[in-house]
Amino acid sequence: MTNQPLADNPNTSGQEWDPKILVFACQYCTYAGADLAGLSRLQYPTTTRVIRVPCSGRTNPQFVIRAFQKGFDGVLVAGCHPGDCHFATGNYFTRRRYLLMTRLMEFVGMDPRRFRVCWISGSEGPKFQQVVTELTDAIRPLGPNQKLRDIEPSVIGGISR
Amino acid sequence: MKKVGVFVCHCGTNISQTVNCEHLAEVAKDMPGVVFSTEYKYMCSDPGQTMIKKAIEEHNLDRVVVAACSPRMHEATFRKCLSGTDLNPYLLEIANIREQCSWVHSDKNKATAKAEDLISMSVAKALKNESLTPSVIPIHKRALVIGGGIAGIQAALDIADTGYQVDLLEREPSIGGKMAQIDKTFPTMDCSACILTPKMVDASQHPNITIIASSEVEKVEGYVGNFDVTIRRKATCVDPIKCTGCGLCSQKCPAKTDSEFECGMSKRPAIYSPFPQAIPNIPIIDQTACRYFQTGKCKICQRICTADAINFEDQDELVTIRYGAIVVATGYALYDHRDKYGEYGYGQYTDVITGLDFERLVNASGPTMGKIKRPSDGQEPKTVVFIKCVGSRDATKGHEYCSRACCMYTAKHATMVRDKIKDSQAIVFYMDIRTPGKNYEEFYLRAVEEYGVTYVRGRVSRIYMENGKLIIQGEDTILGTQVIVEADMVVLATAMEAQPDATEFARKLGITFDQNNFFNEAHPKLRPVETFAAGIYLAGACQGPKDIPDTVAQAGAAAAKVVALLSKDEMTTEPIIADVNINRCSGCGFCVPVCPYKAISLKTLTERVHGSVAWGPTGREVTRQVAEVNKGLCQGCGACTVNCRASALDLLGFTNEQILAEVDAL
Ligand SMILES: Cc1cc2nc3c(=O)[nH]c(=O)nc-3n(C[C@H](O)[C@H](O)[C@H](O)COP(=O)(O)OP(=O)(O)OC[C@H]3O[C@@H](n4cnc5c(N)ncnc54)[C@H](O)[C@@H]3O)c2cc1C
Ligand code: SF4
Ligand code: SF4
Repeated sequence: MTNQPLADNPNTSGQEWDPKILVFACQYCTYAGADLAGLSRLQYPTTTRVIRVPCSGRTNPQFVIRAFQKGFDGVLVAGCHPGDCHFATGNYFTRRRYLLMTRLMEFVGMDPRRFRVCWISGSEGPKFQQVVTELTDAIRPLGPNQKLRDIEPSVIGGISR
Repeated sequence: MKKVGVFVCHCGTNISQTVNCEHLAEVAKDMPGVVFSTEYKYMCSDPGQTMIKKAIEEHNLDRVVVAACSPRMHEATFRKCLSGTDLNPYLLEIANIREQCSWVHSDKNKATAKAEDLISMSVAKALKNESLTPSVIPIHKRALVIGGGIAGIQAALDIADTGYQVDLLEREPSIGGKMAQIDKTFPTMDCSACILTPKMVDASQHPNITIIASSEVEKVEGYVGNFDVTIRRKATCVDPIKCTGCGLCSQKCPAKTDSEFECGMSKRPAIYSPFPQAIPNIPIIDQTACRYFQTGKCKICQRICTADAINFEDQDELVTIRYGAIVVATGYALYDHRDKYGEYGYGQYTDVITGLDFERLVNASGPTMGKIKRPSDGQEPKTVVFIKCVGSRDATKGHEYCSRACCMYTAKHATMVRDKIKDSQAIVFYMDIRTPGKNYEEFYLRAVEEYGVTYVRGRVSRIYMENGKLIIQGEDTILGTQVIVEADMVVLATAMEAQPDATEFARKLGITFDQNNFFNEAHPKLRPVETFAAGIYLAGACQGPKDIPDTVAQAGAAAAKVVALLSKDEMTTEPIIADVNINRCSGCGFCVPVCPYKAISLKTLTERVHGSVAWGPTGREVTRQVAEVNKGLCQGCGACTVNCRASALDLLGFTNEQILAEVDAL
């Protein structure tokens, strides 16, 4: 993925471009919800890669920044609904931290639409499908994420690592 | 060099129909660290597991990645498979290529590409996995039940019957709770004391139950299986061992004050037992009322006591006892309408009483010997008005929630008025009638049809006095008219609310409470009696308003949980917990308040540092603060790791390194 040329916007090349979205899913709610979407055979785009975390509150903003640096086009942090957290209060931290995250993204000049926090419970398979589909559709017109991305040496001076 | 083995499962055709498994096994060989990879129809089957075990041996694998169904399905299976080898079970990673890939996509090329990414992420993480060992904690086989209402009594009896020792802690001089004050119980109308007192006696005579009355929890330390609870036994000035319970002292005591048990409608002496059937039946001296403590003169009780049980020098005592499990059964308090409901007279009308007052008024051993007489002049009231939802379902003045028992006890009270007072009238003002229990609706219908209780739908807007009568002004929302009733007595169904000290108490125990200060259950449907703190359970109205049948059911459930825990000699805890790198920890303490389980505390570390000649060859001793995670309390949520500014806290099994490796893998 990182060796895709930086300057190209695939949206202009005629064929539909698929963004890559990293999902941090808490294992008690959202991960279970994603599993339920599978059990119910609900179809959604192949754009997501899920990282399982014990609680959405475990997702360090550092992970999100790293994902953008590494060239992911979008990041979704998803956990239990407020009040339903398996660990009592984890998702409240998530909520507070990510309000700030969105502000930070605006500050560094990234489109905040590439980043989302949402609550998907273990019984909300259809919601997982819907969120992933919507997020994919929302990121597609933004094109690949160029900002924050690790600058490839090949682009700087042709020296390969 | 780490050696990863990758095992791709077809899951029959569940995976292989949309994902090219052979291709995955092929490309996995080129992933960093992978020395072996293969695919098979059913990895979870016996032959599949044998295949993994053999490969571990033959290829000296030290990390295993299984690409199959969700880890929520078979992580445990494959961990078990690994523990049958030389590998630690936590050296396993699962790539979920079924629920989150083959089942949700149909384009085989795209699905295979995604599965490949998922496997590389798992391989990258597995390379960072470390062996983890669960810790084993012993279980101390003794339970503490806090609160001696019907909930606590039932829980204590149920636990004790299975053979475990139970201490039943009650802050009042007697156990019994609110149920001891209630006259008859809906929907069967059996006398409350007749069903409660035998249970109180059972508890006091049970060889496995120790009742610790007039005592409160001072401090709770430790964790599941090993709680060290410091109990404050309040000075009662009566030696419980010497006292024979004769009651002479109470008879002769010259000091009198309002009886709490009789809701202030009669007096009690300064040395008293709250009610005749009290257990333990040993009086205590209320120092705020006692003449000796207030003026320095009296001691009549001491002179009269033949057992020499009175000791004016008695002091509070602190004892620390270890328990394996705790049941919280601290019950509820009643909403005080007096400072909030101005329209009902701010409590200035003596004949506007509460439901609990009414229970005492109709009780044969109550202040009026069971004859319903109004407090102001002792006259028998002919018209009694009942107002429901006072402080309940009223977000502006009281609570948003429904107190659940009031509809039923008001029907009970109105029935009693009609039953006991000839040519009386009972009028109930209500918002809704909620009767969601077995035989409850029938009970309410009987009140209306057999006893002729009048129900008026609507709120009462004002109560005032005119010519010695209480005037109740309200509306009938069904007829859409104003209603004015002249009454002799008004009974308010005041809300059941959390104990005034509930939040402070919860903090002592490390349990959580909701927006109304009722204690939180761990899951509203599936874990109704557990709290978020392992080893602490809930019973009765401390968790939310409830009636006696629900309270008793919950107490039994809490007891079953306690017994299940105490029946084990030791328990293993998940090794996926937070871990402090003390070399990095700056002792800032930011992690401490984040932990929902109060698992983190700061401890003082003394160490020798070298580095300056001035300190000599042995260096210098310095002390500093570092965070420490209690393995018994930490549940492994990881919230603290994010707050740690020194990056000293990490979550084993989901370390920063492991997660970043997954991010970087693509
Ligand atoms: C007017 C009225 C009439 C009712 N009539 C009926 C009826 O007819 N039928 C029915 O099913 N239900 C009825 N109820 C409901 C009933 O009272 C409750 O369901 C029941 O009492 C709940 O029991 P509990 O043990 O949870 O709480 P409680 O009865 O409140 O007992 C709690 C106990 O814990 C003790 N305690 C509190 N905090 C501490 C602490 N920190 N340390 C140590 N001890 C502590 C208290 O002193 C008390 O003894 C009625 C309620 C009211 C208000
Ligand atoms: S010393 Fe106190 S408790 Fe004893 S009789 Fe006198 S007033 Fe009552
Ligand atoms: S991981 Fe969660 S439970 Fe464990 S110490 Fe950190 S905040 Fe507390």
